[in-house]
Amino acid sequence: MGNRTIKVETLTRVEGEGGLYIRLNGEAVDEVRLEIYEPPRLFEALLRGRPLEDVPDITARICGICPVAYQMSSVHALEAALEVTVSPEIRRLRRLLYCGEWIESHGLHMHLLHAPDFLGFDSGLEMAKQFPEEVNRGLRLKKHGNQLVDMLGGRAIHPINVCVGGFYRLPTRKEVQKLIPDFEWGLNAAIETTRWVASFDFPDFESPDCEYISLSHPDEYPMNAGVMKTSSGDTIDVANYEAEFEELQVPHSTALHAIRKSTGRPYLLGPLARINLNRDRLSPSAQKLADEIKLEPVCCNPHKAIIARGLEIIHAYEEALMILRDQPLKGKSRESYEYQAGKGMSATEAPRGTLFHRYIVDKDGKIVEASIVPPTSQNQAQIEADLKQWISHVISKDERETARKCENLVRAYDPCISCSTHFLNVKIERT
Amino acid sequence: MGKPKLGVFKFASCDGCQLSLLDAEDQLLAVAEVIDIVHFPEASSRLESGPYDIALIEGSITTPHDAERIQQIRRDSKFLMTIGACATAGGIQALRNGADTTEFMQAVYATPEYIQVLDQSTAIAEHVKVDFELRGCPINQYQLIEVIQSLLAGRTPRTPKHSVCLDCKRRGTVCVTVAQGIACLGPVTQSGCDAICPSYHRGCYGCYGPAAQPNLVSLSTQTLKAGDSPAEAAHRLQNFNVSAPAFHQESQRLTDQAREQN
Repeated sequence: MGNRTIKVETLTRVEGEGGLYIRLNGEAVDEVRLEIYEPPRLFEALLRGRPLEDVPDITARICGICPVAYQMSSVHALEAALEVTVSPEIRRLRRLLYCGEWIESHGLHMHLLHAPDFLGFDSGLEMAKQFPEEVNRGLRLKKHGNQLVDMLGGRAIHPINVCVGGFYRLPTRKEVQKLIPDFEWGLNAAIETTRWVASFDFPDFESPDCEYISLSHPDEYPMNAGVMKTSSGDTIDVANYEAEFEELQVPHSTALHAIRKSTGRPYLLGPLARINLNRDRLSPSAQKLADEIKLEPVCCNPHKAIIARGLEIIHAYEEALMILRDQPLKGKSRESYEYQAGKGMSATEAPRGTLFHRYIVDKDGKIVEASIVPPTSQNQAQIEADLKQWISHVISKDERETARKCENLVRAYDPCISCSTHFLNVKIERT
Repeated sequence: MGKPKLGVFKFASCDGCQLSLLDAEDQLLAVAEVIDIVHFPEASSRLESGPYDIALIEGSITTPHDAERIQQIRRDSKFLMTIGACATAGGIQALRNGADTTEFMQAVYATPEYIQVLDQSTAIAEHVKVDFELRGCPINQYQLIEVIQSLLAGRTPRTPKHSVCLDCKRRGTVCVTVAQGIACLGPVTQSGCDAICPSYHRGCYGCYGPAAQPNLVSLSTQTLKAGDSPAEAAHRLQNFNVSAPAFHQESQRLTDQAREQN
């Protein structure tokens, strides 16, 4: 076999538009390119000069699948700039909102986008004909996530209730309690779903020497606060984020490639990284199930991210139930603040991994500079690195089959391409 | 006759509007029974080329390649419908239309020449004939299902054109402007969201774009009287539907007024 190329023009079952280009020389891989041709929307430039109150509404529009993550990272970063501390009640409600987004986004990815790869279908809708019970259960879980974001956020896509300092209004006791019966059903359904996906036939493939990174918190499963931990044993304060990581522009993609400065190597964020680093802080049911299905203490098989998503859905249900059942909400819906010039940074755990925001604001509350580093652009270099290894496992004369197996691996990371097409502070150019 | 063929296509956008179809969890499998979804990259690896009976278009045109791509989709589609503020009004990314796109690109990319973008973010209707527009940022999934149902039944899709104010009355929400002095775009914004924001104690920020015959000058006069500067009043119209003609025109007028004052 001489030189040949394999091209997937449109990556399907991912959010946004991208393609895949692989160049082989015999059995050797010459080049792998995850090509993100999603048009850039230049959010960081659009935000300049706007009042800081606009930021959560505008950054939500970066992604329709994980708007809560953009709202959470932005309000935390702006509160840091304004030196505002929110009450424990508001903090708890923000975690509740995040639980809704994890359930909705992971539910969508597991059932409609990823499971079809393991069972040989083109889509979740087609899979529903043979697996009606599983797909219907998945749709119901996804709906619960949407209902929760809808209740607390005002609507499921681009919520309207989040603001700097807290919420425009607190939910009523009645609105909160209404969700409890569905969530009790959902917790058990999530356990069944996770058992189901754990029974899939997983390819025997481990990502070699992959460094996993996520937020970590002494008492909580990481969601909206903590320091960054790495599987190599480092601890990084979020304030040092930009000193530790570097984004590079590559010619074939509108999204950035991120590496760790100290190692010069890519890294992986997301559910597998979170579970690998924080398994002991998962909720009791999720921990119990992880043990029951014998998930490796450090799981390096990217295809198993679907199991990690299932465990996180269980966790989200259990934590959401705890908050929903809690005592009536009291106190102010939001903290007031005075404008002051400053700089604030924050990272929270979007469904696909750590999402970093940094803002500089002026004394009149206007945005001077914004920097947003989404998880998919950070994962992109690791996805390409894993693909290079994976190709040697799946190379065959049937190019369609090889392309399909490569696509399967890319989908395992749930790359959200809509989110990934913007960055700031590029320092090195690579061609 | 076989099932009608549906194609879903995306341009510059956040994916939220096409997600509305997948978020119609209770109706999703029923829709898939009566319509053949033959091209929907976000949901299926089966990608068929046209012709399509119905094409749903999300996102705005921002690159030379996309300006070409929409022409082919139009040729392939019997009924072409745009969904969401990006497709119907250029979206939030149209904020760059009045600015220097080259400067924006330089602010975001180290090597902007790797990426080709147009100076403007434009609505689909500025490029091809559009048969129906469904507004919203994001669209309302119930409206989407109603439009698909009406197409299948052979009737013209209907979505309300009245303002958000009427929906506040229906919901029994006390007017946030009258009672609390909160600035609100409800009087000039098309309904469709079910007037969510006022029910959460905040003013409408115009996700669905201008209502039919909106009296924008009258609303601006009121907000200026209440203490807004012209720049603030202009700014309020400059978000997700900044390029919708009525919002654009009034925000320009207010911006000019602000300039004169300085």
